Amino acid sequence: MDYETLKLVWWLLIGVLLVGFAIMDGHDMGMGVLLPFVGRNDLERRAVINTVAPHWDGNQVWFITAGGAVFAAWPLVYATAFSGFYWAMMAALWALFFRPVGFDYRSKIQNPAWRSTWDWGLFIGGAVPPIIFGVAFGNLLQGVPFHFNDILMSTYTGSFWQLLNPFALLAGVVSLGMITFQGANYLMMRTEGDIYRRVRAASLIFGTLTFVTFALAGWWVATGIDGYVITSTIDPNGLPDPLAKTVATAAGAWMTNYHTYAWAKWVPIAAFAALAAGILFARLGKAGLAFWSSSLACAGIIGTAGVSMFPFIMPSSTDPRSSLTVYDAVSSHLTLGLMLGATVIFMPLIIFYTSWAYKVMWGKVTTEFIAANDKSAY
Amino acid sequence: MLTEELVDLSRLQFAVTALYHFLFVPLTLGLAFILVIMELTYVITDRPIYKDMVRFWGKLFGINFALGVTTGITMEFQFGTNWAYYSHYVGDIFGAPLAIEGLMAFFLESTFIGLFFFGWDRLNKWKHFMVTVLMAVGSNLSALWILIANGWMQDPVGATFSFVTMRMEMSDFWAIVFNPTAQAKFVHTVSAGYVTASLFVLGISSYYLLKGRDLDFARRSFRIAAGFGFASALSVIVLGDESGYTVSESQKTKMAAIEAMWETEPAPAAFTVFAVPNEKAERNDYQLQIPYALGLIGTRSLTKTMPGIKEIKARNRERIENGIHAVVALEQLRRNHDDKVALAQFDAHKADLGFGLLLKKYIVDVSQATPEMIQQAVDDTIPRVAPLFWSFRIMVALGFAFLALFTLALFYSVKGSFLEKKWLLRWALWFIPMPWIAAELGWVVAEYGRQPWTIYGVLPTHISVSNLTPANIYGSLAGFIGFYTALLIVEMVLMTKYARQGPASLGTGKYHGEKAAGGALPAGAMADRI
Repeated sequence: MDYETLKLVWWLLIGVLLVGFAIMDGHDMGMGVLLPFVGRNDLERRAVINTVAPHWDGNQVWFITAGGAVFAAWPLVYATAFSGFYWAMMAALWALFFRPVGFDYRSKIQNPAWRSTWDWGLFIGGAVPPIIFGVAFGNLLQGVPFHFNDILMSTYTGSFWQLLNPFALLAGVVSLGMITFQGANYLMMRTEGDIYRRVRAASLIFGTLTFVTFALAGWWVATGIDGYVITSTIDPNGLPDPLAKTVATAAGAWMTNYHTYAWAKWVPIAAFAALAAGILFARLGKAGLAFWSSSLACAGIIGTAGVSMFPFIMPSSTDPRSSLTVYDAVSSHLTLGLMLGATVIFMPLIIFYTSWAYKVMWGKVTTEFIAANDKSAY
Repeated sequence: MLTEELVDLSRLQFAVTALYHFLFVPLTLGLAFILVIMELTYVITDRPIYKDMVRFWGKLFGINFALGVTTGITMEFQFGTNWAYYSHYVGDIFGAPLAIEGLMAFFLESTFIGLFFFGWDRLNKWKHFMVTVLMAVGSNLSALWILIANGWMQDPVGATFSFVTMRMEMSDFWAIVFNPTAQAKFVHTVSAGYVTASLFVLGISSYYLLKGRDLDFARRSFRIAAGFGFASALSVIVLGDESGYTVSESQKTKMAAIEAMWETEPAPAAFTVFAVPNEKAERNDYQLQIPYALGLIGTRSLTKTMPGIKEIKARNRERIENGIHAVVALEQLRRNHDDKVALAQFDAHKADLGFGLLLKKYIVDVSQATPEMIQQAVDDTIPRVAPLFWSFRIMVALGFAFLALFTLALFYSVKGSFLEKKWLLRWALWFIPMPWIAAELGWVVAEYGRQPWTIYGVLPTHISVSNLTPANIYGSLAGFIGFYTALLIVEMVLMTKYARQGPASLGTGKYHGEKAAGGALPAGAMADRI
């Protein structure tokens, strides 16, 4: 496969991994966000937690693998984004700390204060990372203040607080809404009675919130945010060197791809349609269809961000030529090809055994089940 | 500007988080296979006590595993957050095993650990056994890939430098996978994990035996741990020796520092048991040696010599002087990719590029380096001797102590008389922390011993860091220390609580303490006692 094709395939594959993360880890993070509100006593909360007990760890690997894949396929993006967004990354990381210990340690001591502390820990671990990832995307769309020196060492010249600008915060809300919607629809499939009624109400609220904020963010990008364009010729097959091009900002540039490629507009349309369908199915009590709809919405929303910015991944607001694109932030031809091979071999296996694990553990998790399995359940 | 303060803080944060992560990894690696052995015994014999053993030791496994996962995420973030230039410079090679680790190993381990804990009533016993096996295989495969990545840091094979992309690029994936340094590290590290887990099970079982409770349960656990531990302790020493016997330059430097061997000695060199290394004078003030031993271990011959520190430094001086030309040519090529003269100069000296970069610690324009700077860079190429000398000796001494303990434990297990050997049981109990000390010292030998490089001979530690201000690292380091201290306390409390409670924590009604309290003990009752 030629180098240009591999570069494009990896743009798609990183997208697939991020969508996989949103669908899979998203539903257990969404569970965490809803946990303190839809479970009103210890047994109810344990029922909610145990819907993901056998799966959260496997789901989290979508996140870890997406991180590893960015490292392997886009090393400059990994290096520049993680060091530039230093405190945002630390906050996401420390929030994630609460999940493994929250899940495993919460029910090992029978003390209400202990358990309630970990419930809020799971809330933090569920809510903070999606907000931060949304805020990060919000900043990528606006451009990030960084530049490279002669030997491609990056320096971030902004502050942590300027990441929290209004548009980025709106993107954070879209992301949190999307993940919580996903979690609510999952919980509808796995709970019953009072908990079911509460998560269904939450699904309607967060589905609507996501729809409205996503529309608002789209309008904002179309009318109020300057996009970036490459103004020099680039060789898509060439060796990656971000400093070899020139870049300029232009009003409405993030809309260009929707004019250039006829298929591109179907990505945001799919996002809106899937959100609407998810809300409708949740209202009708069709939990399974609602879950698949919100999963599709995750793909549509993440896809919309990717398609709008293509071929940019991380534009620089202070030194536009340092901007990172799918053509010049990538690994070597050999590494991209090798990693594609590994993905093609392992991804079907992963989907196969993950599906099997869900099939084995499928069914409603009830408070009676928790009471009867006090020692072995979370 | 990359100040020394920034570099030292970044290193300190990496060391703290890596050493902390490595408190949880070895137990996971080993206990997973002990669970496999116990469960295999269960599916073959169908005796419920073995199932209880899997579930009880599995509970402790889970408490440990949770922190392994938590602290593992830090490691993945940290290359990007704190070692950005490293990530760019070698991401093309180093990123691949990490991504494959996720795809091949983490998914397997993490998906099946869920079924291991929650699938008992939903899977027949053979299927559940298969789940446990896959979990164990997954955790050990993750060790394989991370040590392939680490092995490449020690011995960077299968890659070349490109001045256009300004980084190392992969040229031979299989050379990286089958790198002898990586393979030797993998088998040594997982064996160390098996020793850790065996001693953990042996020691806690001894505690029950000393207390005279849960005898049947503890005796069986003790025997399995003794057998598995004996094999592991033997292999950790034999395979550790394999790590010593390697031909790479990085290992020779490390070996000379570990041995405080200043001069190149006539073959076969002596092994220094005890010494007071004097770095200033480049000699040992006192030393006690065993003739021939080191030469045999290090070269497996009677005639090959091993280079001493002074000889290595002399070679490195040449490479640094050569490397200056490479750096100068590279800087010209970065300004003009088509500069033919610079390219010819670069190609002639590029093997020593990394050595030239060592001078960047002292001066931006390396062609202006003074003889004093070059001398400092030469001295930098040898890691500090005393910490390595002693870390290595304590680790090795512990390794032999483990072998002695497991040999006796196995001997008396076979004889069936270990219940009366109170001294052996006490030894096992009090020795529980020792494998952790040995494992942490092993990390020190491997990683501290690699300094001043992140990638041996290729990329100096000094220019590997992210371009941040020291204040950032002080902040994050304080955060890590705070979180990790709190988490360690919580983990130790739970681990102690469940280890003391023993198999009664399963609530089957069959074990020590359950009848006395009238059925299952309320979990809180034990919590109050500790």
